[in-house]
Amino acid sequence: MPLEVNGKSYETDEEGYLANINEWEPALADAMAQADGAELGDNHWEVINFLREYYEEYQIAPAVRVLTKAIGKKLGKDKGNSKYLYELFPYGPAKQACKYAGLPKPTGCV
Amino acid sequence: MSEEGTIKKLMYVNRKAPYGTIYALESLEVVLIGAAFDQDVCLAFLDDGVFQLTEGQNTDGIGMKNFSKTYTALGDYEVTRIYVERESLEARGLSETDLQELTYEDEDDDWAEKPSLHIVGSDELAQLMAEQDVVFSF
Repeated sequence: MPLEVNGKSYETDEEGYLANINEWEPALADAMAQADGAELGDNHWEVINFLREYYEEYQIAPAVRVLTKAIGKKLGKDKGNSKYLYELFPYGPAKQACKYAGLPKPTGCV
Repeated sequence: MSEEGTIKKLMYVNRKAPYGTIYALESLEVVLIGAAFDQDVCLAFLDDGVFQLTEGQNTDGIGMKNFSKTYTALGDYEVTRIYVERESLEARGLSETDLQELTYEDEDDDWAEKPSLHIVGSDELAQLMAEQDVVFSF
């Protein structure tokens, strides 16, 4: 089911994850969030940008546990906990934030 | 299994070249998924499996994803012991300097960065294998 944003069409898998990570642009994240009834603020973008950097470096989307720890290290302890991350991404920080970031579904995430 | 759950010693043995078959990637994914279960995990690389850890891999010509950087994330997943068989390296004209640097941060030592990679002889590796509860072969 392709995603239509600003007149361009983007291929996604059956769960809405972007097929080609290189096609990603910020407008896609906003469009995906809107479809989920959410609006992205600075705190969301911090996590999304972090995930893109993590993927760039390691070629994987981190597991929630690893993400939580790494966020805590990078953005401060008050953000490195699952409560904070689940408040931002109620569908699951790894799953939902990765989707908005254009990454594939995290390994081991069902 | 006891009420609290038993921690088992698991070793993942990697013997095949990184590309051409799916074994290397599958093994890596199982390790990453399995890391959630808090077991005592180590990895072993021998035979052509040592190529999985080489520095500077480039997959542009074969249209496959270069997943070699993912090995450097293993420390984040608390996989801190990675053994490479010395004889396998030598038979392929490789040495430790041809391999990626793999490290982890030691929580019990003020997050000091420490090497995860250990070059071991086949005798020592055989002994390590014998100590495991479970050995997964890829």
